[in-house]
Amino acid sequence: MTYIVVGLSFALYIGIAVWSRASSTGEFYVAGAGVHPVANGMATAADWMSAASFISMAGLIAFLGYDASVYLMGWTGGYVLLALLLAPYLRKFGKFTVPEFIGDRFYSKGARLVAVICLIVASVTYVIGQMRGVGVAFGRFLEVPFEIGVYVGMGIVFIYAVLGGMKGITYTQIAQYCVLIFAYTVPAIFISLNLTGHFLPQVGLGSTMADGSGVALLEKLDQVVTDLGFAAFTAQKWPTINIFLLTLSLMIGTAGLPHVIIRFFTVPKVADARASAGWALVFIAVLYTTAPAVGAMARLNLMSTIQTGPVGEETANIEVAQVPRWMEHWRTTGLLDWKDKNGDGRIQYYDEGGMGGKADTFGWQGNEMTKVDRDIMVLANPEIAKLPNWVIALVAAGGLAAALSTAAGLLLAISSAISHDLIKGMIAPGISEKRELLASRISMAAAIILAGYLGLNPPGFAAQVVALAFGLAASSIFPALMMGIFNKRMNREGAIAGMLVGLFSTLIYIFWFKGWFFIPDTAMAKDSVDHWLMGISPEAFGAVGAGLNFTVAYIVSRATAPPPDEIQHLVEDIRIPRSAGSPERH
Amino acid sequence: MNEHDNARAYWRATLRLVTGCLIVWFLVSYGLGILLVDELNRFSLGGYPLGFWFAQQGSIYVFVVLIFFYTHRMKKLDRKFDVHED
Repeated sequence: MTYIVVGLSFALYIGIAVWSRASSTGEFYVAGAGVHPVANGMATAADWMSAASFISMAGLIAFLGYDASVYLMGWTGGYVLLALLLAPYLRKFGKFTVPEFIGDRFYSKGARLVAVICLIVASVTYVIGQMRGVGVAFGRFLEVPFEIGVYVGMGIVFIYAVLGGMKGITYTQIAQYCVLIFAYTVPAIFISLNLTGHFLPQVGLGSTMADGSGVALLEKLDQVVTDLGFAAFTAQKWPTINIFLLTLSLMIGTAGLPHVIIRFFTVPKVADARASAGWALVFIAVLYTTAPAVGAMARLNLMSTIQTGPVGEETANIEVAQVPRWMEHWRTTGLLDWKDKNGDGRIQYYDEGGMGGKADTFGWQGNEMTKVDRDIMVLANPEIAKLPNWVIALVAAGGLAAALSTAAGLLLAISSAISHDLIKGMIAPGISEKRELLASRISMAAAIILAGYLGLNPPGFAAQVVALAFGLAASSIFPALMMGIFNKRMNREGAIAGMLVGLFSTLIYIFWFKGWFFIPDTAMAKDSVDHWLMGISPEAFGAVGAGLNFTVAYIVSRATAPPPDEIQHLVEDIRIPRSAGSPERH
Repeated sequence: MNEHDNARAYWRATLRLVTGCLIVWFLVSYGLGILLVDELNRFSLGGYPLGFWFAQQGSIYVFVVLIFFYTHRMKKLDRKFDVHED
């Protein structure tokens, strides 16, 4: 069953690829700037929502509760910044890549090169996770070895990204959005109906339990987890300053991620770029407002599967011999494990620190759920809720769609930076369009092979690199773009100084706590709240780096000569919508 | 009014709109969802504590509405200052 559903979805993607081949660099880089704003919104949503959004986010919410709001607000609020501050103006500028804007606006190849480096580091680190997501989805659902899964994923992306460029990717992403959103919402609707009798998970999460107790679901969840020593679901655990800055970092990081920005180069008009950001957020919000319900309900289901009655009663914990099939199934994947420490033939799942001495009085000798991987919350959700097989197959296809669509968008950002900014922009400016198109296809193929290689042999730091991608985008790319549009007086010297200060302050702060270049044991201080500067985690530092960038750029630009007249005219021109045609042909 | 002044007036109007929208953006997410969350959690919206609802649901809905409001108002500004496309 799973094979059929996944096979059908792949056949669809390849069919689209063959139908939408790119024949010019304009089509390869920006789909000929002819994509309808709603279609682009949908493609942007698929581009944006990665394996992490699909698989990991609900798991994060399940275990972090309120604190996971940083991801929900951070990864959606960035679209407001994109729509209001960047998308329409970059569309009016009408070129193909983000480094190209920075290079032209700051009349400097050096600035363009810094932007290319930031873009490649941010995108490559990001794409590793997507390739691994493909391998994991194959491994878990189709029981294919991880490596084969990555190869198949590479093959599929290769077909539509190399052939179709942005045009192929756009139409495939639209199909992938439909697959992934259907796969995400169907199990959520069933589970919400089960627990609360409400069809919409967004309403279900705020309703009373359907068991007749009249207790609100969130209240019940708080009760269940605190009884077992865990922190309350709706309570705040992190310091407020960290929640504040992490949300801000994720928002400006989102607005500064190049693979998202280039999607807004594909619409015909400036007004379309504004509307398109709104549509993108509508399509994203469908998943992001469902995720809290999935997280909370999955946590409740998990807790009540193991703790079947009042805490402390002898028969209120599930017997080891009677665990449901899904638990046995997921134990074989290593994502879930348990050990009957006190030998009572039953499983106890609780927080040892939170329970304290009370656990001893029940004869409990430690938490017996030795491994509960967060990802399991979405992956095993349909089985936990006893949903039919086709729903499980759908989740597999959805996870693959999320990972593949994001991988393709990132790969396009990388390959266009190489072929357009490095080769055409710096190494061989006289290259013909035909040769540039060939160069972009070759760089795409090379980027896919590199991404696949890194997915198969991930550097030890794979888990921490997301912080790096957002930190770089937030501290270097976003401020440079924003000042390029909103500050006419901003010049080359200011922009470069700002980007470098933002970039290095953020890098150093991350490396300080996570190890230089993520090499274990080289960290200068322990990565914990007592050691962080004013309680700011390395993940949240991007916002501070951006602040430093703005400040330094402003001071340096005032101390040096203003930009030349033609640049000031360029800025005046991008602020006005009229005369925005299709992207300028080179 | 010459073209240059018109462009300046259009830009000032744009900045006013963007600033207004960003104030709402900030208040709803950082204000209601983060800084005032404990105060708001004393109230509830159905089964949701109110602050928690803003952090995990409400802010996202407001973001969507905000972008479309901005898009709509910009369209009007584009016409008013005669800088619209086509």
